Formats: sequence, C-alpha cells, structure tokens
Amino acid sequence: MASVSLLETRQVCKNFGGLDALVNVDFDLPGGQVRALIGPNGAGKSTLVGTICGRIKPTSGSILFDGQEITQMATHRRICLGIAYTFQITSVFSRLTAFENVALGVRRIHGNRRHKVRGLVMEALERVNIADLARQRAGDLSYGHQRLLEIAMGLGQSPVLFIMDEPTQGLSEGEIEGFKELIRSLSGQTTILLIEHNMNVVMETAQYITVLNSGSVLAEGTGDEMRRNKQVQAAYLGRN
Amino acid sequence: MIRPSRDVSLHAGVLAALLLLFFVTSAYHNGNLARIMVLAVFAMGYNFLFGYTGLLSLGHALFFSAGMYGLGISMNHLDMTVLPAFGMGILASLAVTGAIGFLALRTSGVAFMIVTLMFAQAGYLTILLFGKYTRGDEGFVIQQAERTLFGIDLTDPTNRYFAAFALFAVSYLFIAWAVRTSFGRCLVAIRENEARARMLGYDTARHKYLALLASGVLSGASGAGYALLFGYAGATFASVQYSILPLLWVLLGGAGTTIGPLVGTAFAFYLVDVSSEFTSAYLLVVGATIVFLTLFFPQGLSGELRRRLAPWLP
Ligand SMILES: Nc1ncnc2c1ncn2[C@@H]1O[C@H](COP(=O)(O)OP(=O)(O)OP(=O)(O)O)[C@@H](O)[C@H]1O
Ligand SMILES: [Mg+2]
Repeated sequence: MASVSLLETRQVCKNFGGLDALVNVDFDLPGGQVRALIGPNGAGKSTLVGTICGRIKPTSGSILFDGQEITQMATHRRICLGIAYTFQITSVFSRLTAFENVALGVRRIHGNRRHKVRGLVMEALERVNIADLARQRAGDLSYGHQRLLEIAMGLGQSPVLFIMDEPTQGLSEGEIEGFKELIRSLSGQTTILLIEHNMNVVMETAQYITVLNSGSVLAEGTGDEMRRNKQVQAAYLGRN
Repeated sequence: MIRPSRDVSLHAGVLAALLLLFFVTSAYHNGNLARIMVLAVFAMGYNFLFGYTGLLSLGHALFFSAGMYGLGISMNHLDMTVLPAFGMGILASLAVTGAIGFLALRTSGVAFMIVTLMFAQAGYLTILLFGKYTRGDEGFVIQQAERTLFGIDLTDPTNRYFAAFALFAVSYLFIAWAVRTSFGRCLVAIRENEARARMLGYDTARHKYLALLASGVLSGASGAGYALLFGYAGATFASVQYSILPLLWVLLGGAGTTIGPLVGTAFAFYLVDVSSEFTSAYLLVVGATIVFLTLFFPQGLSGELRRRLAPWLP
C-alpha cells in the first residue's frame, strides 16, 4: 500500500472464555480511506473494533494508531487521539437533549467556548438532518433518529478515524441515502471504518473491503473483487 | 437552551431573598435560617456527587464531621484562631475524602454505598476511640469568646446570620458555576451513561474523583461552619443519621438542581419545626409527608418545578 497506515492491528487475538472471537487478526487501514468491515453474524467485527477503541482488551497482539502503540492505552485517551466510535447497540444520553448529546463530545475538545461549541453542534446535527430536533430529549427520538444522533456525536468530535458499527441499521430508505451522501462528503478528510450489513451501502461508499469470518480475515479487496471471490460468496454473500 | 440571563437572575434572586428574609422575619426564624443555610451547604455538597454525578454515598457524615472536628480541635486543643481553624476543617475533610475516595471509587452502585457506609462507621468509631480529644457523643463546646473573626463576634445572631449567608453564597455560586462548565456537564453525562461518556473521551474516573473531593470539601465546610456558628462539635454528627439526612434533603428538594438542596433542607427543617408544635407524634407527620412527596413528586420539589414550569432550571 502506498499510503501510510493510520491504524494497524498485529496478530490480535480475543478469547471469550474459551470462544475464539478473534484469531491473529492483521488489519491495516491507510489514512483517508473509507473501509468496510463485513462478515456474517458473530464473525468478530464488533469485537475487533472494540479492541481498537479500547472497549475490549485483546488477549494478545498489538494495536498501533498513527504509528503509536495503543494496546494498553485507556479508552478515553484513545478517543482523545482522534478516534470516534458509534455503538452497534444505540448508546445515547437519553434524558439529555440531542443538542447536549453532541455538545458533550464537542466540549471535550473546545471546552467552555459557548459560541464555538454551539456552532459545531448545530453543524453536526445538520449534517445528519436532525438539526430541527436539537431541543428534544434523545430518548424521545425515534430509533432511526437516535442512530443519526450517534453519528452526529461522532462528527462533532471531528475525528481522524471514525468507526461506525452498523450505522444504517434501523434507518429508512431516505435516511440511508443521506448517510451515503454523508460518507462521500467525509471521504478524503476522515478515515472511516464502517461495519455494515447493507451491501448496497458497502458497495457505494467503501473504497476497500475487509471480510472477517470466524474471527479471522478471510479476504480483502475492492467491492468487485469481493463480489467475485468464491470464499466470500460462500461465507457471506452467498447467504443473502 | 442556553439562557444565562435566567440562571443568573434565579441565583441573584435566591441570594437576595435570603438577605431580605433576615429583615422581615423574627429572631426565631433568623436563627433557623442561619442553621438551614449552613446545613444546605452540606446538602449542596451531597447533591454535587449524588444529584449531578449519580454516586449515592452513605458516608457523608464523615466528611461533615471531619470539617467539624478539624475546626473544633484546632480551636480547642491547638489554640488556633477562627480563620486558620476553618482552614484546618477544610484540610481535614479534603484529606479524609481524598483517602476514602481513592478506595471507594473502585466500586460503584450498591457496593459504593456499602463501602462509604463502612468507612463512615469506622470514622465514627475512631472519633469515639479518641474520646479524650473529641469528647465522644457528649461532644465539646467551643468557647464563645474565641468565636470571633476580624473582630466580629460570630455568636451575635445578626453576625451569625450573615456569616452563614456568606458560607452559603460562596458554596451556592461555586456549584452554580461548576455545573455549567464542561466539567460539570461531564458529571451529568457520567450519571446518565458512564460508558458513553468514556467513549466520548472523558476520563470518567478522574471526574468522579474530583466531584467527590468537591462534595467532601463542601460537606466539611458545612461541618466547620456549623461548629463555628453554633459552638459545638460532637460525635453524633458523624453517626449514620447525618449520612442519611443530606440524602433526604436532596431527594425532597430535587436532586441535580442548584436550588434543590436549599429547598429540601428548609422544607425538612420546618416540617419538623411546625409539626412538633402541634403534636408529639411529629415524626409520624414527617414520615407521612416524606412518603407522600416521594410518591407524587419523585423528582423532588424543584425537580417537579423544572418538569412542569421551568425546564431551564439549572
Ligand atoms: N462480551 C462477550 N462475552 C462472550 N462472548 C462474546 C462477547 N462479545 C462477543 N462475543 C462472541 O464473540 C463472537 C464475535 O462477536 P461479535 O459481536 O464481534 O460479532 P459481529 O461480527 O459483530 O456480529 P454481528 O454482525 O452480529 O454484530 C460471537 O460469537 C459472540 O457471541
Ligand atoms: Mg457486531
């Protein structure tokens, strides 16, 4: 690969009480790329990104971000390096307003500068088309809007690496179109790692795809290469 | 949602009302209000940890009594004057909170309640053990002659009222400011969803520790203020009852609101005061009222106000 890796995992293993969720995963993500991470249910996708953002401690192996070893680093410090993460299972502050949900992430970077914070929060909410819901309690939003809010929470942090775990799950057709737009508008500036089951979204947004199966990398390549790959078809695409 | 003017006018209004009350109420109520203001500082400290950060402690009596004995012992045994003795009270509560927080914050939820309760009980027993200096349950009186600050006699009811007001105002404005900072907002985020706050890049362990320190120091300032203005320090204030009371005041007044602790402390004080005038079974009245309030106003009096009329209430 020509460009320098922003993120690398080296021989990462994760064992959940006897179950091998990840087995020697070597994963490389060059800066600026939109990468899709796909694979059947239980393949280990969420576990892999969990070890990257610090939510899950790998059993062995190492993780490098921007050339720096982060394997033992605390979660919050990794986030401060510029990694944003959206949960597969929606996790917002449901009793706080949509505005405040995003503002929390923005304030971590910009402190108490109220006007600056307000501007960035509204911008993030606008990018996912829910600016009009800013004053609503996050818990009162529809499921789809909560998913979009989570994305806005990530955007508000202007991340270097934006990891999204099944962001389009629960979105309407129109919202999925908007999401694809958003990813296209981010590509180039933000490195994106997208776990996604919707193949249409994957094919239209990702420049490169990694297929995970039973805890190991099965194949990597462009969308067309993956579509033609027999193993991938057997493991994943064939099931659809 | 950002309405600084409303917040500021509320805070100014609360403080102005307390000043005004001195001139319009009788000497008896003045005395009560001085006591309420000092104890409200304790409740505000408790609220900072419980209402804003979401940590329920059952050991705050220890932080209160650390401040109380820090001042009391410094004045009676070390012959310190009021100001340095007050500083000793603050230091004592800071040290006790710092040490206990370091250990107790390794737990959360029910375990945190139990651990803080056990530490406070250990502290209570320690106070009894050193009865020679603390005078145990009997306590000791701080001599009237020594309770002067910058030549002002703090035992005089008027001076006492304004000293209590000053302590209250400083603590109140500190809380009002703190909860609006990025730090204070993060405490609320921790209360609501700690894992998410961490995933937004916040060092939640550090935030909780600092919140506990602030909470403990405010409780200690209240304890020191109480000993100074009412001239007494005793082990009763370290007993479990004084860990439950701030929780009760905060629940009654509204957890996670700036005015809640004052409202709850005043309400609980006058509930006892008024009901005991009419019946000897006043504790029954108090109990029934508390049950009624928790059933119908689960968010406390100011929490209810916020829900119904003023969603902007800080
Ligand atoms: N905390 C855990 N404890 C035990 N087992 C776990 C835990 N988390 C995940 N697993 C197991 O590890 C394997 C990989 O799970 P993971 O969530 O990473 O899969 P996934 O690829 O994200 O699947 P999905 O598409 O369903 O989200 C699964 O077999 C799962 O049951
Ligand atoms: Mg998953």
